[in-house]
Amino acid sequence: MRPWHWVLGLLALVARRLRRRGGETPGTAPGVPAGSERGGDGDTPEPIVPAGSPERGAENVVLGLLGLACVFAIGFVVVYAAFDVAALPNELLGICLGGSLVCIGAALAVVAKRLVVTEELEEEYPQANPEQQREVLEIVHESGSRITRKRLLVGAGLATGGALSAAALTPTLSLGPIWDTGPLDQTPWGRGVRVVDESGRPMAAADIRQRTFYTGFPEGASTELIGAPVVIIRVDPAKLELPANRHGWAPGGILAFSKICTHAGCAVALYRKPLFPVLEPNNALVCPCHYSTFDPYTGGTVIYGPAGRPLPQLPLMVDDAGALRAAGNFSGRVGPAWWAARERPT
Amino acid sequence: MIGPRLTAVIIVALLAGPTAVALAATQVGIVRPTSEPARPSAALGAQLYAGNCASCHGIAGAGISAARPGAGAVPGAGPPLRRVGALAVDFYLRRGYMPLSSIHDEPGDQRVLFSDKEIRSLVAYVAGLGRGPAIPHPVPDPANISDGFSLFTDHCSGCHQLVGRGGFVTGAKVPPLQSIAPTQIAEAVRIGPYLMPRFSRTQISDRQLNAIIAYVQSTSHPDNRGGWGIGNLGPIPEGLVAWWIGAPLLVLSARAVSRRRRSG
Amino acid sequence: MSRQRHDGLEDPVRFIDERASAAPLMRKAMRYLFPDHWSFLLGEIALYAFIVLVVTGVYLALFYVPSTAQSVYNGTYAPLRGTMMSDAYKSVLQLSLEHKAGLLLRQTHHWAADLFLVAIVMHLMRVFFTGAFRRPRELTWIIGVTMLGAALLEGFLGYSLVDDLLSGMGIAIAYGVGLSLPIIGGPLMLAIFGAPFPGKPEFFGRMYIAHVFLLPAVLAALIGAHLALIAARHHTQFRESKRTTNTRMVGAPLFPAQVPRSMGLMFLVAGILFLFGGLVQINPIWQWGPFHPYLGENGAQPDWYLGWLIGALRLTPSFDVTVGHYTLIPNPFWGGALFPLIVLGVLAGWPFIERRFSGDRAVHNIAERPRDAPNRTAFGVAFLTWVFLIFAFGAADRIFVLAGLSYDTQLYIFRIGIWVVPLALFVLVRRVCRQLQAADAVQAIQEQAEEEAEQETQRPQPVLRSTRSEPTA
Repeated sequence: MRPWHWVLGLLALVARRLRRRGGETPGTAPGVPAGSERGGDGDTPEPIVPAGSPERGAENVVLGLLGLACVFAIGFVVVYAAFDVAALPNELLGICLGGSLVCIGAALAVVAKRLVVTEELEEEYPQANPEQQREVLEIVHESGSRITRKRLLVGAGLATGGALSAAALTPTLSLGPIWDTGPLDQTPWGRGVRVVDESGRPMAAADIRQRTFYTGFPEGASTELIGAPVVIIRVDPAKLELPANRHGWAPGGILAFSKICTHAGCAVALYRKPLFPVLEPNNALVCPCHYSTFDPYTGGTVIYGPAGRPLPQLPLMVDDAGALRAAGNFSGRVGPAWWAARERPT
Repeated sequence: MIGPRLTAVIIVALLAGPTAVALAATQVGIVRPTSEPARPSAALGAQLYAGNCASCHGIAGAGISAARPGAGAVPGAGPPLRRVGALAVDFYLRRGYMPLSSIHDEPGDQRVLFSDKEIRSLVAYVAGLGRGPAIPHPVPDPANISDGFSLFTDHCSGCHQLVGRGGFVTGAKVPPLQSIAPTQIAEAVRIGPYLMPRFSRTQISDRQLNAIIAYVQSTSHPDNRGGWGIGNLGPIPEGLVAWWIGAPLLVLSARAVSRRRRSG
Repeated sequence: MSRQRHDGLEDPVRFIDERASAAPLMRKAMRYLFPDHWSFLLGEIALYAFIVLVVTGVYLALFYVPSTAQSVYNGTYAPLRGTMMSDAYKSVLQLSLEHKAGLLLRQTHHWAADLFLVAIVMHLMRVFFTGAFRRPRELTWIIGVTMLGAALLEGFLGYSLVDDLLSGMGIAIAYGVGLSLPIIGGPLMLAIFGAPFPGKPEFFGRMYIAHVFLLPAVLAALIGAHLALIAARHHTQFRESKRTTNTRMVGAPLFPAQVPRSMGLMFLVAGILFLFGGLVQINPIWQWGPFHPYLGENGAQPDWYLGWLIGALRLTPSFDVTVGHYTLIPNPFWGGALFPLIVLGVLAGWPFIERRFSGDRAVHNIAERPRDAPNRTAFGVAFLTWVFLIFAFGAADRIFVLAGLSYDTQLYIFRIGIWVVPLALFVLVRRVCRQLQAADAVQAIQEQAEEEAEQETQRPQPVLRSTRSEPTA
């Protein structure tokens, strides 16, 4: 194995170095600052960085850590090359690269604490510079001596800057229909639009069962539009308490609501229904983001959580073929609201 | 540091409360005939039913629609069981959902109190009360696991979380799915226990159900190739790891490289 | 000069100085002093996390495709095979699962982002509680708070670019919160998204350029300004000995003492981040599946540094501010926009708020201990607790699943607790600080008396000692 050869070579190198060091006297070891020798010489100036005593042990630790860092780094390459992509353990890669970096960091920590001279110096904190402050102001003031209508010129400059900034920012208007919030109100639904499932198959009213939920989309429109998805459920028509103006919106107790929460726009992906209504909480549509909870019986009113508006209801009808169709557009705006958005009166 | 210390206090407080409640709650006792037959039988089921189920589900599975005092003045009420068939009884008993210690509890995974023989007997008894679905025999279908995942995302993940770790729906706790056997998954999908929707064969076919079950089974050992999976819950455990393991390690490294504090 | 040695460094130094006249600067920089306490390194940790983010991010950018065009996945991950997904999500899936070491770099990038913000928050707390933001360092502080805001946005964009189900829900919420901004909400969101959510295809390109260029450039420029201001005014220092005063600092020079320390810390931080990236899974996007607006999952969460917002959104009671049939302020505004604006605004304005109350306009170079400023410490603890409790409520659904304490109960506890607990802590912390101060004063008098007694017996000399910061010119 190649890496092991490297490790052995490195160990031999370290061992040789240790042996050589052992035979020498500390004073003549290479790398020791010459300051101690100059100490007795009165003519040479004081060193800027005071001399410290050598620490061979620490040097050896640093060498060892750097060696280990090399082993880890080479290990990374070996692991990368040795494994197939499907079997490549992420852990091993991380240990190799992270280990190498940690070893280098540890080596530097040892260098910092044991090998370099750590001086403790004093210094005045920088002060403010009143003289220069005054001069700056003086230069500015004096350079305008030829200008008579200072205010006017400054005003003109500011106005030009403002005009140019406005011009420069204008292209951002092309980012989207900024002045026209109309698109926020649009949905692909309308009277007669057939309800289809995720794969585009029309949904038959007869297939809609109670106690479960379905996700429907408008036929021919993108499923990705915020105004498209509806959650469809069937309840006992006798229990419905829809607002008076929604008469006939729920043929056979089939209800459709926008699947986009009116609070922050997540999908209302939870339908809770009691198995034993005597004891259990009533039917509700729940958004899993902030747990806004809507009551389908009363037309999507908020019964829990932060949402401030009811879930918009889509009026339904059943065509001659038994397929579900929209009988109009939603009872309110779909998705989160915005400033001065008009809610359809109910 | 204030953050972590407060977290510890809050976690302890949050954990201590429910634990105390759980310890204080009394375990439901099971009423058994003095001598049980060696083999499961509808007769044994009838006896067990009378002793343990009838106070809520009524005589012969008729159901009790308004809470009324039963044995020991404990109020009893429950849905009728005449058409639920073997499927539902098998699910509720094998998951330990029944019997409930209080009718106001959310049925959830508890200790299974009936023996296998007793469960078979009760299943046989209730199945005999009326026509109802039999125990399904799903065959998990790992070959269609991607269909399973996609169906799971469409129908299940809103409540059960994408990796089936459970969650919260207003008013109820949603159980995690890892410990549930394929048969019980299939049964739950068809029953819709408690607040869960009930999915019929027209909505989720048996074949699709097999794919979903394959996906749910795979969530016990999801592909955590990134390392320690920390619960497959997403950002909450990640944040905890960042603050409780990451932050101390970073501070330790800062201490490791900094000079020692001088005294005075 | 006899000190000069010939070791190969001479030529480069001369070369640089002759061409850039850099020797005076280098000479000065090498002897720039650093104070002696580990807590002064927290900001450095954030800096090194940022470096790791840039390095790993460049690598990720070589593979990422910022496109929402849909195609079928046919890769190696079985549960997604045959699924329609965006090219963005697909490219991150492939980077994670089908490129060697891609997952390591993506996870390291994500952990680095999480820990970048951890380090920033720890650094912010250190600077706050030691009063290191006071004159003449207010500008450094404001730039720091701005960087926190930029980092939050940068992190959110990175998390959102993946287009998995979890991040898609995050963008949906961001869109809802953006729409809720009074007056500008609708136009602003239409400008950013190009169309109602999920926006035009260009939207991902816009997020991408913001994430990989605009915000990193802003962050880099702010880091530069932050460091330049620190260098100009130097660090604060703790009063550790009689030599450390408000006008005179004691410390170790950049070279040789500080360079190996800082370099060592950089490698340690990078090493820890890569170990995290290798050993602890983060955001396993293959498990989340692709995003569509009509899909959702239970307990969706943003990364921790935005968790306080989800907590605030969930805590807000149900109401929209309306006039007639017109919505004025939609609900998400309170938790998603106003709350973070208040938090960042109070933080940014704190040096001036505190000055208004204390009337203290002096120059401060001594870092206080928290007890030295009971009001600030008490306010800081209360404020952090307020934010933290709101943050903690963001996990209430998970606490319910794990510990059984019902969501409703928690909602009521937190709705009261987020106001009561900080207030109680304010009073408590202020009292504790004052008592500690009193204890310190007693000890100081005692020590001074002992010292005087000792010195009287030896060599009488006047001694000045005080525990409070000194007034300066």
